[in-house]
Amino acid sequence: MSDLLLAYQALFAFVGINGLLALSVYATLSCGQLSLANAGFMAVGAYTAALITLHAPGVPFIFVLAAAALLPALLAVPLGLPVLRLRGVFLAIATIGFGEVVRLFFVNWDFTNGALGLVAIPQRTGLVTIAAALLVALFVLGRLWRSRAGYALEAIREDETAARTMGIRTTSYKLAMLSLGAALAGLAGGLEAHYTFMVSPGGYGFGRVVEMLVQAVVGGTAAFYGPVVGAAFLTVLPELLREVGARLGLAPGPFRLFLNGAILLAVILYLPNGLVSLPARLRRKVLS
Amino acid sequence: MTLSLSGVSRAFGGVRAVDDATFTVADGEVHGLIGPNGAGKTTLLNLISGLLQPTDGTIELDGRRIDRLPPHRIAALGISRTYQNIRLFAGLSAADNVVVGQHLRRHAPFWRRLLLLPAARREERAAREAAEAGLARVGLRERARLQAFSLSYGEQRRVEIARALASQPRLLVLDEPTAGMNPGEAASVGRLVREVAKEGRAVLLIEHNVRLVMELCDRITVLNFGKVIARGTPQEIGKDPAVVAAYLGDGT
Repeated sequence: MSDLLLAYQALFAFVGINGLLALSVYATLSCGQLSLANAGFMAVGAYTAALITLHAPGVPFIFVLAAAALLPALLAVPLGLPVLRLRGVFLAIATIGFGEVVRLFFVNWDFTNGALGLVAIPQRTGLVTIAAALLVALFVLGRLWRSRAGYALEAIREDETAARTMGIRTTSYKLAMLSLGAALAGLAGGLEAHYTFMVSPGGYGFGRVVEMLVQAVVGGTAAFYGPVVGAAFLTVLPELLREVGARLGLAPGPFRLFLNGAILLAVILYLPNGLVSLPARLRRKVLS
Repeated sequence: MTLSLSGVSRAFGGVRAVDDATFTVADGEVHGLIGPNGAGKTTLLNLISGLLQPTDGTIELDGRRIDRLPPHRIAALGISRTYQNIRLFAGLSAADNVVVGQHLRRHAPFWRRLLLLPAARREERAAREAAEAGLARVGLRERARLQAFSLSYGEQRRVEIARALASQPRLLVLDEPTAGMNPGEAASVGRLVREVAKEGRAVLLIEHNVRLVMELCDRITVLNFGKVIARGTPQEIGKDPAVVAAYLGDGT
């Protein structure tokens, strides 16, 4: 029984961490920018937090997490100034480049044991901390929604040119959201490092940011809580179906990837506004 | 003098889309910009709103040069516009579009909303009421909650005008505000434009509906192949042989 609880606790912890990561991608998507730098920001946050804990164990955890969020947020500014001039696929490619640069930096940094990464990081976080972080992130994004700034973000997403001629400082808003997304990714990285005891560059590759993006899109980016729904769905579902995969004789890893791909395809084809649009859609179906 | 252009040119490669344009728009004046297709009218509006930079000449607003400023700064100085090929925020409701238009007029700091202060909620309610009043002014009160893309073409144009007015501009720039409207709608837009001018705002508009232009405008500037070929009151323009030859034809 206690084993079961422990297993579920880990699952919920990952729902929370993945939820933060999906929100970090949503932050830039909310103003129409597809930035894929967030695995890189997550790595910066994770390494920052891990290094502080390992080298200065006396620092209270809240400050460790603050540093894990702040450093990527600051890093996002010099990155964002040039790359946010790019649009669409060009921005995506440039930010993938940034993510790879960060990953390779840690692969080659001897101080952090290169590709092996840092191990034996004390476990300083649990479900409560992770849940609190997620709730704070949701609260801030929820207050942003439909505020003056929130409307400005929607305007930029819908038509950047029109937004500019209405006095909206589009570059500042885009930069702020890139920075906020970086902070959320870094925070998630710091939490994960202190939950799984280790950080290594391999955990922050291109696949990781694709995972965040898929979760955000599956949940739906029209509402600020959509990405968390997507993250919860795509984190829990493979666990529930683990047994099915095993019966079919499929290895859990590939089965999980296959399932993610199939769900993404289904959502894009049949539910382009994500899982959060499902209730409204069902209601319409029933009424008509 | 609100807006003054002197010697403004804009070349795209070898094409001089706007060539040495000079004219002024005064407070409370409705100024028409007319000319055949491809005369450079929309390019000129893009230069004024900062979406394009002139290759030559200066544009001043209240004596201050604006031709090197980014669009959001120009908007902050009091120029607001609509677009020939409607640029509403299609996914937002009509009212939300107008709320976005109030961006420069709202000064609610985000931290107030973050702390759930009642002042923030009051400010939002005021913004929403102002947006609904703005829509009522263009005759769309009952359309406030509908998504912009679900409105008819003429309604979308009117939402765009309401959105542009929401920033309380010194100069309202309208690019073919009555295109695609029936005569009744066009006449009501004409009345609205006169009302706006009466508030002391300057209005610069491109319009192909000749009768409306003649009735509505205090002064008219005629462009052809990027050049100003005539300036004056509607009566003067109607008699100008160069204009008649280039644009109005013999029928009027």
